[in-house]
Amino acid sequence: MLWAVVGIPAAVGLTVLAPPLRRARPALLLLGALAHAVVVASVCLRPPAYESEAWIALDAPGRLFLAVTSLLFLVAATYAVGYLRTEQGRTTRDAEEGFLFRNEPEGVFAGCLLLFLAAMSLVCVSQHLGLLWVAVEATTLVSAPLISYHRHHRSLEATWKYLLICSVGIALALLGVFFLAAAGRGQTHGLTLHSLLASARGMDAAWLKAAFILLLVGYGTKMGLAPMHTWLPDAHSEAPSLVSALLSGALLNCALLALLRGHSVLAAAGLGGFSGQLLVVLGLLSMGAAAVFMIRQGDYKRLLAYSSIEHMGVVALGVGLGGLAVPGAMLHAVNHSIIKGLLFLAAGNLLATYHTKTIRNVRGVLRNTPVTGALWLAGFLAITGSPPFGLFQSELTILKGAMDGGHWAASVLYLLALGVVFVAMARLVLPMAFGEPASLAAGETTPRPREPAWAILPPLGLAMLALALGLFVPQSLWDVLSQAAAAIGAH
Amino acid sequence: MDVLSDMLVMLLVLTNLRLLSSSRIGACIHTVAIQGVLLGAIALAVSPATLSIKLVALTLATVAVKAVLLPWLLRRAVRGAGVSREVEPIVGFTASTIVGALLLGLCFLISRPLQASAPAGIGKTLIPGAMFTTLSGLFLIVSRRKALTQVLGYLTMENGVYVFGASLAVREPLLVELGILLDVFVGVFVMGIVIYQINREFDHIDTDRLSVLKD
Repeated sequence: MLWAVVGIPAAVGLTVLAPPLRRARPALLLLGALAHAVVVASVCLRPPAYESEAWIALDAPGRLFLAVTSLLFLVAATYAVGYLRTEQGRTTRDAEEGFLFRNEPEGVFAGCLLLFLAAMSLVCVSQHLGLLWVAVEATTLVSAPLISYHRHHRSLEATWKYLLICSVGIALALLGVFFLAAAGRGQTHGLTLHSLLASARGMDAAWLKAAFILLLVGYGTKMGLAPMHTWLPDAHSEAPSLVSALLSGALLNCALLALLRGHSVLAAAGLGGFSGQLLVVLGLLSMGAAAVFMIRQGDYKRLLAYSSIEHMGVVALGVGLGGLAVPGAMLHAVNHSIIKGLLFLAAGNLLATYHTKTIRNVRGVLRNTPVTGALWLAGFLAITGSPPFGLFQSELTILKGAMDGGHWAASVLYLLALGVVFVAMARLVLPMAFGEPASLAAGETTPRPREPAWAILPPLGLAMLALALGLFVPQSLWDVLSQAAAAIGAH
Repeated sequence: MDVLSDMLVMLLVLTNLRLLSSSRIGACIHTVAIQGVLLGAIALAVSPATLSIKLVALTLATVAVKAVLLPWLLRRAVRGAGVSREVEPIVGFTASTIVGALLLGLCFLISRPLQASAPAGIGKTLIPGAMFTTLSGLFLIVSRRKALTQVLGYLTMENGVYVFGASLAVREPLLVELGILLDVFVGVFVMGIVIYQINREFDHIDTDRLSVLKD
């Protein structure tokens, strides 16, 4: 049953890649996403028995991230159908520099989207750290063609950086996995999570610490933790918006999950303090670096990308602090995925209306395109942790966890970074939403741009969900969150 | 067995130094292919007395991919891009060789605490040798301009990681080993495609000139 989570999107993706199916591609893309969502819903509601030595099993963290990935993909696939209809088969004029370019063949794009989903699902269900590594590297390889969908020099530059930096990072993570295997002082144990956790007590501390540092650098690169984040703003800003939504909302979580597996082994060995401290430092560093780059940001998609770095920093901080902050961090990751999905899809609508990514050239969104404007504004409030959206609650939970644990310095820096980010984003986003549209100011009477249903319903759904999670977190979700925290080894 | 594996590791170290000192991309590809053969030999040399069919088959597959298939792909990419030399690298070839020598010393130093608690039966040179290979690859990536040389650096890194896996006797299940091999192969393949597209778009593959995107 669990193999279907990987098998269905992989099979549909390979079918879509085959050339003779031109007409059926959008339908197949949606069908694959829907089938995946149904299977995921059924395995999440009625989890199959947990076999400890199996390579593929669904534990609480995996379940959480698998559900988020599947949901976000379904939303993005719905958006993609409309997006591909408007983008395909014509030469496009570049928004920033005015040259003409062509897009990648639709089959490659849709096929790679589904294979991307398959690889991310495999990350979520892998219980064998070697298999997990294979899956994380696979996500890099199948998502590279998605970033270079628009065939021009900037997207190629972004793709190259993404491929090389992430591949190098992940190669170091493989070294970390081997170190974990070698930490057993000659005792042979498998690399399944279960056997690693069981034998962690007797492992050698020096090897374990070295292993975690390598895993942190490797998977941290993919997760966008500063200072290994340099690929992230480029890839997120050059990819089509629905791909950016998936990269930010689903892929970063997958890398996080891989890192959490390593953290849980160290926690089981009694070295949770060591790995936690490293996570706290990198988390705060990411928040700080993102805040600095957001202050003078001129490109709204890059702004969102830096916001992703900031939130991954928040999650790393929460996991590192331990205690109540760990379920808070899990909730934060879920909320971040939903809201960042909403924001990137809204950014895609802005790009389609204004033909520019430059913040200063986008004014009066609320007047021009009211729904997108409202979504953009709501997304801004939600991502900066304003009530009543979900991030407010998760950020508060992490803060409470930090204060309970007596981490005063971390709490102060955390609040400071959040404050700077709020002001920086408000200063950039509010004039975009309000302000006078340029055409109105010049006295032109252009017809109001259309907002097709495919472009507003998917982000609207995500906005509703973000609001709902802010107003009410069901007990069953809390249960999964605390199970996940326990599995990570909240200390 | 120890003598044999020590000899092989020394040869591996020499191939790394050649990579660091050579400007001809063709020669570098040749060196990486030799590394691929050495990897197979090391994996067999450090394995316990009885060779299983699975181990031999896997090693042969690794050698086939790393010493034959990938070099062939890379040579095609070199012809396609019309670039045969690494001109004016960011760190010069003499300096790179000196850095390589320093790195080698460093690797012997930092592997001592790990060596002390390493699983029994690992030769003295394997851990530093593998570490040096990984670091050489990393250094190639940051010190060279051409995208193709950077791919070679990535392959060298992967080779170093592989030696670690083999020398620490990490016995992965067959599926995972094949998955890792497939990922490396597809990774280089995709990088080759992107290099082809970069070359068509820019008429060069100098990665330091890909610098439009920044803050």
